[in-house]
Amino acid sequence: MKKILLATAASTLIASASYADEIKLGLMLGFSGPAESLAPDMAGGVRAAVKEISDSGKFLGGTTVALVEGDSTCTDAAVASSVAERMITSDGISGLIGALCSGATGAALTNVAVPNGMVMFSPSATSPSLTTIEDNGLFFRASPSDARQGQVMAESLLEKGVKSVAVTYTNNDYGKGLADAFESSYTEMGGTVTINTSHEDGKADYSAEVGALASAGGDVLVVVGYLDQGGPGIIRAALDTGAFDRFHLPDAMVGSSIEDRFGTEIEGATGQVPGSDSPGGEMLVAIGEANGYNGTAPYAPESYDAGALMLLAMQAAGSSDPQVYKDFVMGVANAPGEEIFPGELEKALDILAAGGEIDYVGGTAAELIEPGEAAGSYREIEVKDGKIVTVGYR
Amino acid sequence: MDILNALVAFANFVLVPGTAYGAQLALGALGVTLIYGILRFSNFAHGDTMAFGTMFVVLITAAMKSVGISFGPLPTALLALPFAILCTMALVLITDRTVYRFYRKVKAAPVMLVIVSMGVMFVMNGAVRMIVGTDDRRFADGERFVITARDFKTMTGLSEGLAIRTTQVITVVTAILVVAALFWFLNKTRTGKSMRAYSDNEDLALLSGINPERVVTITWLIVAALATIAGTLYGLDKSFKPFIYMQLLLPIFASAIVGGLGSPLGAIAGGFVIAFSEVTLTYAFKKVVTYLGPDGWAPDGLVQLLSTDYKFAVSFAILIIVLLFKPTGLFKGKSV
Repeated sequence: MKKILLATAASTLIASASYADEIKLGLMLGFSGPAESLAPDMAGGVRAAVKEISDSGKFLGGTTVALVEGDSTCTDAAVASSVAERMITSDGISGLIGALCSGATGAALTNVAVPNGMVMFSPSATSPSLTTIEDNGLFFRASPSDARQGQVMAESLLEKGVKSVAVTYTNNDYGKGLADAFESSYTEMGGTVTINTSHEDGKADYSAEVGALASAGGDVLVVVGYLDQGGPGIIRAALDTGAFDRFHLPDAMVGSSIEDRFGTEIEGATGQVPGSDSPGGEMLVAIGEANGYNGTAPYAPESYDAGALMLLAMQAAGSSDPQVYKDFVMGVANAPGEEIFPGELEKALDILAAGGEIDYVGGTAAELIEPGEAAGSYREIEVKDGKIVTVGYR
Repeated sequence: MDILNALVAFANFVLVPGTAYGAQLALGALGVTLIYGILRFSNFAHGDTMAFGTMFVVLITAAMKSVGISFGPLPTALLALPFAILCTMALVLITDRTVYRFYRKVKAAPVMLVIVSMGVMFVMNGAVRMIVGTDDRRFADGERFVITARDFKTMTGLSEGLAIRTTQVITVVTAILVVAALFWFLNKTRTGKSMRAYSDNEDLALLSGINPERVVTITWLIVAALATIAGTLYGLDKSFKPFIYMQLLLPIFASAIVGGLGSPLGAIAGGFVIAFSEVTLTYAFKKVVTYLGPDGWAPDGLVQLLSTDYKFAVSFAILIIVLLFKPTGLFKGKSV
């Protein structure tokens, strides 16, 4: 009995001793589920940022950072919540990065993170509903809300002189959220949405859907769909029946498979994807190579930024207590201060340790707006000679 | 009033696609109806037999293209079709010998056979997905259009375009040829007559010396050909995806039942009834009504009876109505 007590006491001592110079960070992404192909490179981004800071030896006076990883899945609220619960209560993390999908993020946030007072930072959740969620200032995201994309889309179409559009969206949270955000911005700015209707993914034939869209009319067809799902089917049916010949493509519809399928058939189609002309994105290529992941994969730069911002906020606060450092996240992300690019985290730690200010730019030109989400810059594209080319940033 | 434009808009979005879809459903329903007439069970594996046949076409087409064989302006798939039919025939005969024959021998109840065919369906579906994957595959080549919407507009000066795809014409022409050949076979040849006799009265047919195994074999061969042709036409016209054919099962069965199970003529009529109900009930008539109404007037709504999401619900509803009020179908088939 004495021995056990002694051992317990000793191990507690060791545990508390190691606590002093090591903090734990939770990383939960949808490693399985409908977005699983994105997760490995995103995890790579977070690991790279954490490693850079931990290895510098300058984080909170030489504290190292260990990652605890977990699979939150994409849509299973119960799994996401229990993974977050385990990380907070038994692993004792100081901050939680994740989740990948909006569904898992919302569930873990309201069920676990907020009740436990844990800061949660998602690299990729874009649902507009997360903007208004009750989060006690604990939730941040490195990706813009789709409400912002809807607004960007509306502005860009109106500037091109497009006054009436038909909208079709893939029948899920992403599609409906973005389509509704777009419709409200567009009509507010004076445009007309002739029809806003859903389509189901995975059908062979979309002529009926296109028939309804054609009846409603409009100068441009906005296809809020998925690149490898129903989106191309809609475009194909619209081209075949001569219903529409101009298209606008949001983020999930822009990719090389659209070029391969349609080429010059959709000449002049416009669209936008999250992206910036910041040099930070280029710098992540080398960082990715050194750490064995693709630094420019979708949401990999956002992941790097999420990891870096969370740790830099702790450094600025001088504490890894979520209740303390949550108020410093916006400060390190935004001006004023010295601009920090990827790979310069050590410099940032030095500045913060000396009481200076930084303006984290990172891989995505990160700019956080209230209530803690990326302002969102988008790369505008156009199909010219059958190729997707960048025509500007917004 | 602008009757011409209204007609063209209607033709472009209802008449042409509806006709092609109807022909595809009719060919599928013929297969279901033949199995029901001769083997006396509802073959749930029919949709996946179509998928299997089409998969052979896709693979053979790819092989032909890689050695440089093409069919001019027509899709290469038509050249691959006969070979694919042979492969599918082999497949269904193997299935019949290994699975269905046993249940015939023990004189299993039709319900049992239906369940068995469901098992076959899942096995076939899994096999197709393992062989070609679950992705969308387009295997149509050659000339895409007989007339494009834009050409039609410049030709006629109308503001509405009419597009007719090559695959839609091929679908209708092939369907007419196949149906004509089938009816000639059933009505004029000795084998066809023995099949009909077997279907009408099994005991009498056996007494007059008709070999049941031969009738069954020939039925399977015909069904394999019909399934492959129907699947290929659907795949050419739309696109090939293994899951699609499982979804097609509902409208196909609805067609066969509406027409009257066991009646080939009914299957064809049923195919067109279902296809046109689906397309017309879900089409938004706003454009047509605008053209027909007085100048400068347009309806506020879309003039759409049902959202396109309810396409399959239409065939389901028709199925239920027919079963309630006319269980033998339009053409006096067997009651279910």
